[in-house]
Amino acid sequence: MMILLVFAALVATAGTEQLFMGDQVLRITASSEEQITLLRVLGEWAELQVAFWRDPTSPGHPADLWVPFPSLQAVKIFLESHSISYSVMIEDVQALLDEEKKNMTKSRRIQRSTSTFDFASYHTLEEIYDWMDMLVEDHPSLVSKIQIGQSYENRPLYVLKFSTGGSNRSAIWLDTGIHSREWITQATGVWTANKIAKEYGQDPFVTAILESMDIFFEIITNPDGFAFTHSSNRLWRKTRSINAGSPCVGVDPNRNWDAGFGGSGSSSNPCSEVYRGPYAHSESEVKAIVDFILSHGNVKSVISIHSYSQMLLFPYGYKRAQAAHHQELNELAKKAVSDLAAMYGTKYTYGSIANTIYLADGTTIDWAYDNGVKYSLTFELRDTGRYGFLLPSTQIIPTATETWPALLDIMVHVLEHPY
Amino acid sequence: AAMELQPSHGLASRAATLATAYLCYRRGSPGRALALRSIRRARREDIDDVGHKYHLELVLEDVPDKDSTINCTAEVLYHLGSKNVAPDVQFTLEGELKNTDEADDVFYNQIRSLEKELVAENIPDSHGNVPPEMEPIRRLAWVASGYVIWQNSTENTKFHLAQIKRVKQMKRSDEYLEFDYTILLHEMVSQEIIPWQMTVLWHPHHGVQVTRDSRQPKHTLE
Repeated sequence: MMILLVFAALVATAGTEQLFMGDQVLRITASSEEQITLLRVLGEWAELQVAFWRDPTSPGHPADLWVPFPSLQAVKIFLESHSISYSVMIEDVQALLDEEKKNMTKSRRIQRSTSTFDFASYHTLEEIYDWMDMLVEDHPSLVSKIQIGQSYENRPLYVLKFSTGGSNRSAIWLDTGIHSREWITQATGVWTANKIAKEYGQDPFVTAILESMDIFFEIITNPDGFAFTHSSNRLWRKTRSINAGSPCVGVDPNRNWDAGFGGSGSSSNPCSEVYRGPYAHSESEVKAIVDFILSHGNVKSVISIHSYSQMLLFPYGYKRAQAAHHQELNELAKKAVSDLAAMYGTKYTYGSIANTIYLADGTTIDWAYDNGVKYSLTFELRDTGRYGFLLPSTQIIPTATETWPALLDIMVHVLEHPY
Repeated sequence: AAMELQPSHGLASRAATLATAYLCYRRGSPGRALALRSIRRARREDIDDVGHKYHLELVLEDVPDKDSTINCTAEVLYHLGSKNVAPDVQFTLEGELKNTDEADDVFYNQIRSLEKELVAENIPDSHGNVPPEMEPIRRLAWVASGYVIWQNSTENTKFHLAQIKRVKQMKRSDEYLEFDYTILLHEMVSQEIIPWQMTVLWHPHHGVQVTRDSRQPKHTLE
């Protein structure tokens, strides 16, 4: 009976797109008062996010503990090292919820298409992944979806490929959402991907670009973090990987790249928001992109989109010295920023990461640049601090709309300056 | 010797953000918060045995009315070595700020006439929404956070108010309004989200006071 009530509650929340993939419920039987105390401590350990469905009361009486997938290893080690006996009562909570949901909800299917998608709202992971499939369905000869790897919590890492054919054409890489709390970026990513698909065959620049080059667009670069911003902490930045020996979770995926890795522009403390990770490319989210770009071999531009600050930045972040192509990148940024401002008057500053924001090592674009990708730039979208990460959804379309000409400037420049 | 800085330079931006926060604290109210629109000029002076002084020319905007801008010159002195001394900030506004007496009085009377003490959470919410009736509460937090930011800034920090986690009005026997805020500050260089408690006192025509404030432990967040 208790289980049914809990499931009902879980299903109600599952309706709001919470993911319980791989989560388990353990039936634990403490054999002494000390073990009961230990179990209570386990329950209070905030970073593990466990919850007792049936509380530990006294020795010999079973307690049921819900354990999210990423905490499984740590919890089982804890139990085993204290000789607390347990068994796996539910092997995969998500599977069970899916069953329940099918039985409990109506089976009405709503036909949706990309033309009815609400670009002016913030969406969940599932909604964006569903929309990607719709985009591919609507533009089958232009857009395809590829999976480049898996996140720490085993979510697929999807990349949209825009291509009109050819074989291993020169390519432009775009990513949004590497820092999960920067919601304006994933939202801008969705709008922009849609825009590219719409404008092929309409806009002469987009058409010219796609006639000779491919575009790869990873919209949700940090899906675990993104899911966490919806379910638990709106201001979560990092990945959700467990750090051995630390209660703190996650690595800053924009300090984890092998470019100046390990300097003063990142931290060795797992509790830091700029924790670099145990080693370069330790994060599967980062490694997937590294492997993709290196094996592709023909990526000519990497544009990584963040928020907030209203800046257009280029290498280096890990040192103050000017990049070899500083002059050209500076001119390009100047033009892009000017075209962005022409739309609604939004002012951007531009320059190298190190001089314009701060020293930051192990960043995406420094890695790309040092690996031969000349046109590597980072956007910091709206705003400058009034709303910061909590940018009102009313600003999604204006932000995406003004950023578009700047993106186009960069892509056209790449097209016109082959190397 | 003063060195000219690009207005886009990170150091100029930090000093300008601090100056704006301080200014907002000194001149703000529930009817007015001031934000940084742009940096026109920035110079940095190294003063032996004293510290680093920034000379700034800024353009500010009046938050409720984005079209209303005002020029400002400011000097920010970061003291050498000491972590416990707030930077010195001086500023001069070119021109008059809009009078907000009416808006302030309206807000004051609204709060005084509430049957129960005001309580609110998550302003803005996850989607950036701020209910219109909460705008003055939010501006008040902005102004008060200017004090906290000023007291805790160094050359290596850049703070913004990220969110009001919780605000609770406290009963008072006198004419002042008192609010207990738990805010989240976003520090740009470390990228940390720092919960901070502040007790804020206000009365129209009396300016904003922060009577108590303390940094909160990180696990205060959900």
